[in-house]
Amino acid sequence: MHPACRVVGVGSDMLKITSIVGICWLAFGCQSQTNSEELVMWVAGREGEVVSAVLPEFEASHPGLHVHVQQLPWRSAHEKFLTAAVARRAPDVAQLGNTWIPEFATIAALEPLDDELAASPGLAPDDYFPGAWGANECAGHMYGVPWYVDTRLLFYRTDLLQAAGFERAPRTWDEWLTMLRAIQLRASQQKGQGPQPAALFLRLDEPELLLALGLQQEPLLRDGDRYGNFQSPGFRRALDFYVSLARVALTDGEASSQIANLWDEFGRGSFTSFISGPWQLGELARRLPAELQGSWSTAQLPGRDGPGASLALGASLVVFAGSKHKAAAWQLIEYLSRPDVQRRFYDLTGDLPPRRSSWEGSELASERGAAAFRAQLEQLRPTPAVPEWQRISSTVTVIEERAARGALAPAAAAVELDRRTDRILEKRRWILQRGAAPVGASE
Amino acid sequence: MNAARAGWIFVTPALLALSVFFLLPVLGGFVLSLTDFDLYTLADVHNLRFVGLRNYVRLLETPLFWRALANTVFFVVAGVPTSIAVSLATALLLHSRLARWSKVFRTALFAPVVTTLVAVAVIWMYLLHTRYGFVNYALGLLGVPRIDWLGDPHFAMPAIALFAVWKNFGYNMVIFLAALQAIPEDLYEAARIDGATPAQQLRFVTLPALAPTLLLVSLLTVAGYFQLFAEPYVMTQGGPLQSTTSVLYLMYEDGFQSWNLGSASAVAFVLFFLLFLLTRLQVALARRWSAA
Repeated sequence: MHPACRVVGVGSDMLKITSIVGICWLAFGCQSQTNSEELVMWVAGREGEVVSAVLPEFEASHPGLHVHVQQLPWRSAHEKFLTAAVARRAPDVAQLGNTWIPEFATIAALEPLDDELAASPGLAPDDYFPGAWGANECAGHMYGVPWYVDTRLLFYRTDLLQAAGFERAPRTWDEWLTMLRAIQLRASQQKGQGPQPAALFLRLDEPELLLALGLQQEPLLRDGDRYGNFQSPGFRRALDFYVSLARVALTDGEASSQIANLWDEFGRGSFTSFISGPWQLGELARRLPAELQGSWSTAQLPGRDGPGASLALGASLVVFAGSKHKAAAWQLIEYLSRPDVQRRFYDLTGDLPPRRSSWEGSELASERGAAAFRAQLEQLRPTPAVPEWQRISSTVTVIEERAARGALAPAAAAVELDRRTDRILEKRRWILQRGAAPVGASE
Repeated sequence: MNAARAGWIFVTPALLALSVFFLLPVLGGFVLSLTDFDLYTLADVHNLRFVGLRNYVRLLETPLFWRALANTVFFVVAGVPTSIAVSLATALLLHSRLARWSKVFRTALFAPVVTTLVAVAVIWMYLLHTRYGFVNYALGLLGVPRIDWLGDPHFAMPAIALFAVWKNFGYNMVIFLAALQAIPEDLYEAARIDGATPAQQLRFVTLPALAPTLLLVSLLTVAGYFQLFAEPYVMTQGGPLQSTTSVLYLMYEDGFQSWNLGSASAVAFVLFFLLFLLTRLQVALARRWSAA
């Protein structure tokens, strides 16, 4: 399915031999300390700050195991992981953005978890939301277990929509565009009566919305992920629609780093809706004034006919191939995947659990705005599982931004996207042609 | 043992260090720039292809490279003269006999150079904020409409140049100050006796005496400003619309985000070559100028 990421043993045996010799020496030197095992875990962002709160219970039930958590900032997490993996200084277990998994699987930095999963009845694949689960699969192997899911959907002000004559959120592309245009028209007619809300706030420096709209239609790559599929009729429809959204939206052309406080502006009614992720549930509950708490809601991302799919983003727990504590690392993953631990983790972070059973019997599903997320999680699509995805995605950002600002016609943008993507995938095609698997020797 | 041989023995440690820490990496980088070293190569060395000059050709075909080069040139052209002018002006002010507490001011003006770039960049992001920033507030008092400094592609690079000038001018200022103090007082005395105005003293005494320092400062500043990286990395991440993506930022993204070490090395060599040419040009110009 994804021939890109085959399991391989990278590496020079010399190095292995020398390190084994070195470790033997060390072991003889300090034998007294062997009964306590230390697991190094790298966790990025907010999760890194709070994960320690759920760890004491794990350490209590696993005597002799100590988890050493190291925090990283999200912005530099990718390069730190990559550098560490290349330098064989990776941690034992880590939280990894799920779109990065193909990349790390390709360089054989990750341990395949198929055997562990088969032996752990507590981790039933069909309990997980399929899109989130699928994002961890590469060439038929599972390289991670979803820790939390992230996706994008619509946040809106119910009162402002009502004022414009709309009782519910849009479900289809047509309804959405009609609604946004009506709000925009109304705003321009009532300009005299003070500032009017913009219909939608859209961040053009983020490609997620366009990718989600595109994935609703067709795969983003074609022919075994050898070429870009951006000139397909499906993606063209998504791109055209996206450009029309940008026309009626308040874009980050006058914002990005400048709408420093999205929540204040949303509360002030500067715009009626925006696209964002689950962390906004907590932020809005915390930051909007009490009198506005009843007047915001969320809705599934509109599709062409009825609510559509969105991206399967989020983070997974992975075990690095170089770890010497793989069994302990897997125990930690099992513990963190328990529904009760996931619910506690949700309370701490607001991260949405990736398992249906973690949602059941909790107050989570009844919280404001969470219902739409619960529905959306059943309709998730992962991005293509090729190691080049990060670069393709930043190419999409560049082109999409230019198309949305009108600097590039949609047709030309699609051609350019395919051209650049095909160039990025050139090496992948060469490797596939050479021997069907992009990476050579096996473990 | 003859003198030449003794000389070689004396410089051997330095040459060794230079070749291990400079020549070898540079050579390695050059070889790397002729290959397509990437993630797949990390997985398996057999996935390495020798591609000749393809990285360079591709680079020259990439619109983003030209964009980055244009951004960098804009930054250098806007930043270097401003920076040198500000450094020179403050140095002259501090050197003036009328200046009081010049040591205090010297320290204060030098402070930005030694502060952490990331910390002051964050403060400048607040100052440059469209709605609540002090810069727009001050301009607003003069009747200038709000400018979206870091969010507008037309203003992001000027804003970064402004920040860089503020951050760096103190360094050159100190060099100028030292050079000013080295100008013999009798030259000014003679000029005054001949009836030279202060402006004429500046033009005919100070500036010619500073010429070697000016050359040095401009060489260092151009080389430094061409390596623009940290400011956009912290403040704009190369945006908006890639208007603050510099050549070095491009190299960083290619090399450490995507791990395309082959093409990133090519970027490094192109930058090196450009800087080399530019430095030669500056030195040649300075020679002609001083000969004339």
